[in-house]
Amino acid sequence: MAQSKTAVIRSDLDIVIARTMARDMAKALGFGPIDQARIATAVSELARNIFLYAGTGNVTVRDIERGSRKGIEIICEDQGPGIPNIDLVMQDGYSTSRGMGMGLPGAKRLMDEFDIKSKEGEGTTIICRKWRN
Amino acid sequence: MDNLRIPILKIGDILIASIQVALHDASAVQFKDDLLQKIHDTRAKGVIIDLTALDVVDSFIGRLIADIAAMAGLMGARVVLTGLQPAVAITLVELGLELPRVLTALNLEKGLAMMQRMTNEESDDGAE
Repeated sequence: MAQSKTAVIRSDLDIVIARTMARDMAKALGFGPIDQARIATAVSELARNIFLYAGTGNVTVRDIERGSRKGIEIICEDQGPGIPNIDLVMQDGYSTSRGMGMGLPGAKRLMDEFDIKSKEGEGTTIICRKWRN
Repeated sequence: MDNLRIPILKIGDILIASIQVALHDASAVQFKDDLLQKIHDTRAKGVIIDLTALDVVDSFIGRLIADIAAMAGLMGARVVLTGLQPAVAITLVELGLELPRVLTALNLEKGLAMMQRMTNEESDDGAE
């Protein structure tokens, strides 16, 4: 049974709502408490990035399957200014504003797969996945 | 919308704040301001921040806690962080936020004992 939930990010309150939504789904999908925390923390970082850099955007979480593996997918989309140099923002410690240069590389470390697409002036889409052991 | 205020309790020279709900960014910043003001008002020598109830500490809150410890230190107060859940400790380190300069204890009881030892040592030093 496919599940999908979306949170709209407009304020810092929505960051908490998005990560709670992700944690609840991770729990429902059978992830253990440590993976639940990793997933919720990654969503918190990504949702904050949307709030800080794009202002608004969406975070969607859904269950996924690949062969016999089951997991969770997080899709973060915004129509913000985009990221001119993705390699740069994926470096630890790089930050342009109120971020602390830990958001994107940190979220990547917490997840199993991490894919980022961005176009200047059009927005950013990040898709990341965590597989259940 | 009003920010959620975290209650800050005083026992002797020590302040205790137990964070029981997920903090959004604005209420976390409010907590920092309230706590520093309370250190000033009460001349507290130590602060215990108990995070037992938190299941997520992201980089924003982690950074804020490190800031609070540094700022309280400038005001002469030690900060001990207590009650970090295993999952929170793991995600903080994986995020790259190890809080190297923040004192920690397993739980509130051990945190209080640690704080009392430190404040006693300081008052002994002062008597010499």
